[in-house]
Amino acid sequence: MEMPRPDPKILARKGSIVAQLQGVLPKGAVIHDPAETRAYECDALTAYRCAPLCVVLPSTTEEVAAIMRICHAERVPVVPRGSGTSLAGGAFPTEDCVILGVARMTRVIETDYDNRFIRVQTGRTNLSVTGAVEAEGFFYAPDPSSQLACAIAGNIGMNSGGAHCLKYGVTTNNLLGVTIVQMDGTVLRIGGGHLDAPGLDLLGVICGSEGQLGVVTEASLRILPKPDGARPILMGFDANEVAGACVSDIIKAGILPVAIEFMDRPCIVACEAFAHAGYPDCEALLIVEVEGSPAEINEQLSRIKEIAARHNPVALREAKDAGEAARIWLGRKSAFGAMGQINDYLCLDGTIPVSRLSYVLGRIGEMSRAAGLDVANVFHAGDGNMHPLILYNANQPGQLETAEKLGADILRLCVEVGGCLTGEHGVGIEKRDLMDVQFSAADLEAQMRVKDVFDPDWLLNPAKVFPLKASATRRAV
Amino acid sequence: MIPQDDTELAELLRAARGPLRVRGGGTRDIGRPVAGEVLSTAELRGVTLYEPGALTLVVRAGTPLAEVAAVLAGERQRLAFEPMDHRVLLGTTGEPTIGGVVAGNFAGPRRVQGGAARDHLLGVRFVDGTGMVVSNGGRVMKNVTGYDIVKLMAGSWGTLGVLTELSFKVQAMPEAEATVVLPGLNDVAGVAKLTLALGSPYDVTGAAHLPGRTMVRVEGMAGSVSYRAGQLRALLGGGEVLTGAESAALWRAVRDVTAFAGRDGAVWRVSVKPSDGPGIAAAAPGAEVIYDWGGGLVWLLLPENSEGGAGDGGASVVRAAVDQVGGHATLIRGSATLRRRVPVFHPAPAAQAAIARGLRAKFDPRHILNPGLMD
Repeated sequence: MEMPRPDPKILARKGSIVAQLQGVLPKGAVIHDPAETRAYECDALTAYRCAPLCVVLPSTTEEVAAIMRICHAERVPVVPRGSGTSLAGGAFPTEDCVILGVARMTRVIETDYDNRFIRVQTGRTNLSVTGAVEAEGFFYAPDPSSQLACAIAGNIGMNSGGAHCLKYGVTTNNLLGVTIVQMDGTVLRIGGGHLDAPGLDLLGVICGSEGQLGVVTEASLRILPKPDGARPILMGFDANEVAGACVSDIIKAGILPVAIEFMDRPCIVACEAFAHAGYPDCEALLIVEVEGSPAEINEQLSRIKEIAARHNPVALREAKDAGEAARIWLGRKSAFGAMGQINDYLCLDGTIPVSRLSYVLGRIGEMSRAAGLDVANVFHAGDGNMHPLILYNANQPGQLETAEKLGADILRLCVEVGGCLTGEHGVGIEKRDLMDVQFSAADLEAQMRVKDVFDPDWLLNPAKVFPLKASATRRAV
Repeated sequence: MIPQDDTELAELLRAARGPLRVRGGGTRDIGRPVAGEVLSTAELRGVTLYEPGALTLVVRAGTPLAEVAAVLAGERQRLAFEPMDHRVLLGTTGEPTIGGVVAGNFAGPRRVQGGAARDHLLGVRFVDGTGMVVSNGGRVMKNVTGYDIVKLMAGSWGTLGVLTELSFKVQAMPEAEATVVLPGLNDVAGVAKLTLALGSPYDVTGAAHLPGRTMVRVEGMAGSVSYRAGQLRALLGGGEVLTGAESAALWRAVRDVTAFAGRDGAVWRVSVKPSDGPGIAAAAPGAEVIYDWGGGLVWLLLPENSEGGAGDGGASVVRAAVDQVGGHATLIRGSATLRRRVPVFHPAPAAQAAIARGLRAKFDPRHILNPGLMD
């Protein structure tokens, strides 16, 4: 992975930079010993590693602003970091950068049930936001699979989704306001408990900007009343095409399940071997979950079963109780673990129009055979967000490179059929150099102009998102 | 100027010497009056792609909203965000376009549950003030590839670029709707009922309070709608249940602020936390009030020359009240004189205003696109 060469002048000034940061932060909030900064040398994209110059762990917006002013004056790049669960290398450091971690900023600032929002510091984990409001019958809807660990800061940076976003939308649809610190230390407070922006929708463009426009320190998040209940149904089909057609018919019928998950044969086999969830032996499997009161659930499920029946399912299992529901989800939820046990894997994240599902699965099969690497597919079928898992052996020289090349080809295919490179993980460094597959030079220029306005010196997470060649002149300024 | 396609529009913008007024259907004369030649999107028209099974619609920006609605209705689908028809309130004529809806990021009562135009907009193509043709987003529901300029364009009122093509996530029309109507509550009590309803698990898709009438809507499958309407009635302590066309008519009137149509006065659209709604109305004595979005969207009708407002249409009083609690107030209807005298959009804090200026300077460095409209 190509990264810009570290600035030797910054490396040479490490002592002075660390001392200045220590001057504005409490004891223990600056980590600079190489033995300790190693913990920050990568995020969940573990194939690449590089220790940063130092790490700062502020506790307040004011401390973040002080850090930013110092780094701005010293022209030191800043890489914001939530919990470090990015699969795209969003928090990947350079040797000359300061990692700004929000892990100590976990407070709930305000909970307002009447107005249905919660304001938190962004180091708080996704699941613990729901944890803070569930006693009152509320929840925070976006649910990335890493929700136990991932921070709201990273969710906002990547505009994270999750299995249930078919009904509830992704982070940007559930974000009401932010406090964001710009590179020069300016603090902006945008939005709050009300809906909609007064002027230009800055909140909308900040969400998903991968930490390149500012450091988000606080967030107002929409919370929703929990539905009475939820129940999944599992359906097996003898071809991917058939399962795909069934998904399309469910959507067209006006039923809005909270989740429609799709697994193909290689994935079913691996999950079954790992989790023993009792999945049927079939080519494609759908897990559809609906919500509501018991009667509403029955109404939706009977409609779904009617539709499924027209596609001759080879298996159909409806959860009768919580235990059965958990077993239906068990395999799906352990998919990544199951894959990890077999092999090393790369997890892709392209989205395709759902109408191209069977074509794309067919092509991925051909490409996988040609590359000699297995690919298992598990994904959010309702919205076309695919997660092909490319299995490889890291100990075998050359396999990572083959897997990466296959991954890039699959993502090109996603774009070719009208989709995109990443549906919920973000670009980071991982897909940076594929951006011109999806975007023209003008499209990228427009995006980079936004960064020019927020961060004219390109010091914030500078070597991400845009192909290095495209951003070179800006980063050199 | 009526460009036929993106290329012609780009050439035209590159060659432009003076300010341009970007115009869709011309039904929304909102914002600070703009001088300049009219640039019409009327010829950028038609559905590019419609996949009902994927809930996806791609349409050119100048397409009349009525045409979009008709195409979707053919498959029993609709735009989820229930955009307002401003002809009623503003007394304008013409055909609103889908581009105009996005330019103002309009959403109706369903905003409270389903989001605004920006939440359903999957992709945009536009030509910026330098004549650069830009695509952002796409046609798939989940897409985090690069910055979300889609959101930035929604609600930018044509000041960053001229929209040419838009992709939407659309919604299946529900098979039933029902509205629980409670009579005779004052503002505070009415908003309290709306809060109760929105905090319930019954998936409320409309929550409005008008003088003498507090309303809560549910939509969906027939069995579910009647179940939830019953539950809400129990929760709210009674009320009449209206269904079908009767229910729909109530919400059309809320959406279009029909109560203030054909009446003299300035109309303000205030966005605050729902519980702050009644306080805003109380701060503007003599105002007529409609609450939507559970109390968080407050429509105020005030005399253009209200007492204590010294001929500002109530701007100082309304904005002072809003600034106390956080939120914003937009002058949606007012004479051209008033719209020159007071800022139509809520003045932003200095740091935010600087960013907005910076973005406009990047996308429209010569200040030719609806210059000053949002100032």
